[in-house]
Amino acid sequence: MLDELALAGQVVSASVESTLMYSRIQFALNISFHILFPTITIALGWFLFYFKLRYQISHAPVWMRAYRFWVKIFALTFALGVVSGITMSFQFGTNWPGFMARVGNIAGPLLGYEVLTAFFLEATFLGIMLFGIKRVPPWLHTTATLVVAVGTTLSAFWIIALNSWMHTPVGFELRDGVAFPTDWWQIIFNPSMPYRLTHVLLSSGLTAAFLVAGISAYRILKGDTKHGPSKALKTAVVAAAVMIPLQVLVGDMHGLNSLEHQPQKIAAIEGVWHTEKSAPLLLFAWPNEEEKTNDFAVGVPGLASLILTHDFNGEIKGLNEFEGEHPPVKPLFFGFRLMVAVGMLMWAVAWLSTYFILRKKSQPGWLMKALVWMTFSGWLATLAGWYVTEIGRQPYLVQGVLTTQEAVTSLPPGNVLFSLIVYAVIYAGLLTAYVHTLFGMAKKAINVEEYESADVEAPVVPELVTQEVNR
Amino acid sequence: MFDHDVLAIIFLLLLGVAVLAYAILDGYDLGVGILLPLKAEKEKERDTYISSIGPFWDANETWLVLAVGILLIAFPAAHNIILHQLYIPVLFMLCGLILRGVSFDFRAKARVSHKTTWDKLFKLGSIMASVAQGYMLGRYVLGFENSTAAYAFAVLSSLCVTAAYAYIGGAWLVMKTEGGMQKKIAGTTRRAGWLAALGIFAVCLINPLTSDYVWLRWFSLPEAFLLFPIPLTCFAMFILADRFLRKIPLANDFGCWIPFVAALTIFFLCFQGLAYSFYPYVVPGEMTVFEAVAAPESLQFVLIGALIVVPMILIYTAFSYRVFWGKTTELNYY
Repeated sequence: MLDELALAGQVVSASVESTLMYSRIQFALNISFHILFPTITIALGWFLFYFKLRYQISHAPVWMRAYRFWVKIFALTFALGVVSGITMSFQFGTNWPGFMARVGNIAGPLLGYEVLTAFFLEATFLGIMLFGIKRVPPWLHTTATLVVAVGTTLSAFWIIALNSWMHTPVGFELRDGVAFPTDWWQIIFNPSMPYRLTHVLLSSGLTAAFLVAGISAYRILKGDTKHGPSKALKTAVVAAAVMIPLQVLVGDMHGLNSLEHQPQKIAAIEGVWHTEKSAPLLLFAWPNEEEKTNDFAVGVPGLASLILTHDFNGEIKGLNEFEGEHPPVKPLFFGFRLMVAVGMLMWAVAWLSTYFILRKKSQPGWLMKALVWMTFSGWLATLAGWYVTEIGRQPYLVQGVLTTQEAVTSLPPGNVLFSLIVYAVIYAGLLTAYVHTLFGMAKKAINVEEYESADVEAPVVPELVTQEVNR
Repeated sequence: MFDHDVLAIIFLLLLGVAVLAYAILDGYDLGVGILLPLKAEKEKERDTYISSIGPFWDANETWLVLAVGILLIAFPAAHNIILHQLYIPVLFMLCGLILRGVSFDFRAKARVSHKTTWDKLFKLGSIMASVAQGYMLGRYVLGFENSTAAYAFAVLSSLCVTAAYAYIGGAWLVMKTEGGMQKKIAGTTRRAGWLAALGIFAVCLINPLTSDYVWLRWFSLPEAFLLFPIPLTCFAMFILADRFLRKIPLANDFGCWIPFVAALTIFFLCFQGLAYSFYPYVVPGEMTVFEAVAAPESLQFVLIGALIVVPMILIYTAFSYRVFWGKTTELNYY
């Protein structure tokens, strides 16, 4: 009898384990899919505003053509972001009821403000931006473009505020395990929020810049001789060249902030198993979780200490100080290195390409090909970065307050597995369709002359057109 | 600032506004998707159908996010129960919304040979989302009861909601189109209207018969006298719309908006009826709003924002409808 009870207990806990595992995979899948699209639209909105503004000032049709091409991609990307975002908002309730039950008093209002201040704004003005060009005056259409860009950025603000709070929770008190807000200002502008927000916005800027550059390079390589793609390419590459060093700087500050608030995350990123002084910066290693050591380690002595503490002999806390409370090492260790490697590659390509622009030389073919290959490099870096930061919070959902296990639903694992499979199939299909359509649109645009669409707002003087073509 | 119970009522009202706005607004654009003609030679018509909702669907769907958001912010305990119970239908609804949301954009950008496939997915997604929502409503109304009858009721409710969406969607199209196309849609809308009326009638009959609570609410005096006009007006609206739909188009397109306003009124009244039936329960028969309400600190923080922002939302939404007023023309941002 006792044996049977024990067995039943095991079965129950095994099913809880499965539900937890499936829910985590499903959430990771959803957020990974979702983030691909806002990370493009947040910054692409500003690119569009820039194109529109240039057109508004100069009436050069080339800017309108750039706008009209990219606004289509914006619309498609935005739609994918919206539908996957709605899915995300339901998952809190369906799969993580403990999250809402325990910290809903804080998470709820932040999500609510996102909907109220950002969602409606961007969704409504998107309609005017996409379809209203002949129905509203030009200045209003440009304003609608600006409002959409502001809306998507505002959306990021609220989401990052909540996400940062989950990493560095302040401004609340616990009553019977439930968080109650005490200071909203502190909650929103929590210690890691400014760094995280800037880091995310810049990563969006870089993702969009490389997307614009990559697709434009593809059009040019495929024989598009119009002026639009090269203008867009230049804008994007120069923007990336400016943003990438800023991103490295902000990333470093963000790392220092994490060291202060989440030292276990940094220890896992650096592969520091035991607290040590003069820790090396590991260029490569294979973290060994059983032996609590790194195999095949290649490192620069003292450099990690220097970067993190600004002192060669600085002490870095090791994972040994966070027994049972530290994240898994491998995903953080490799995720971080992947993110940095992609970032370095972006840096090199953006600066090289800018060099040719400044020298007024045409871009060499191999560099153009590199840009095409790097069309989605922003996605890779963004995802790697997100995995580092989110897995880095495990086993907690809200650092030190709520574990992931405590928050998961009590649904039978079969239900969650079913939904997981359904989502995986749909997302795989949509992602393929998206990438395919993007390049398809680029190909289609090669043979299309869009002069007639440029004079929608202001009559284009014929000389101006010839000038544009000849330049 | 406000007493906890007053906050509960305020947020219940906000929730009601969001749900009703969603049902009407996304209702008509889901309806347009349900009615989408799929035959190969109907491509022009399909373009018009989809153009008529192009500038609006995204903002319409945002009301759903707001409704779920308010449920989550203000009544987290109820939010958890409801979404736990409705896990699978929610999944189907989301898949439907995903499919239609992306098809809408892909169809315009894909190669011509793929356009019809995206149109089919658009229709499929619209039907999936509507059926799932109706099913969820049916499950919710009977307090997630686990009996065959309760599940049968949910199926009935899913048909009823789908018909109602098709009805309001058809009425929207009648308002936005002209000529032969308008006449044809008017016919379809009439049939959807009869189906919706039949469905509403069935739900009105079954609901009080299965729930003593609802029975007492509707059939005790003197409230019954005050409530009687609700079904009566609904009935009158159905008849009125039907008369117009049969005669459309009238000279100068007179009254092309009447069926839509009638459908809107029916949605409004049915919603009031449901809300009245269950108040103060937020999970019927299980949990009242006062039991489910969240911390006052949080609600006051959101309320301040809502009081400032909601009027602005209404203003720019109205502005957007003014910009796209009148008959649907071809939308070409592509």
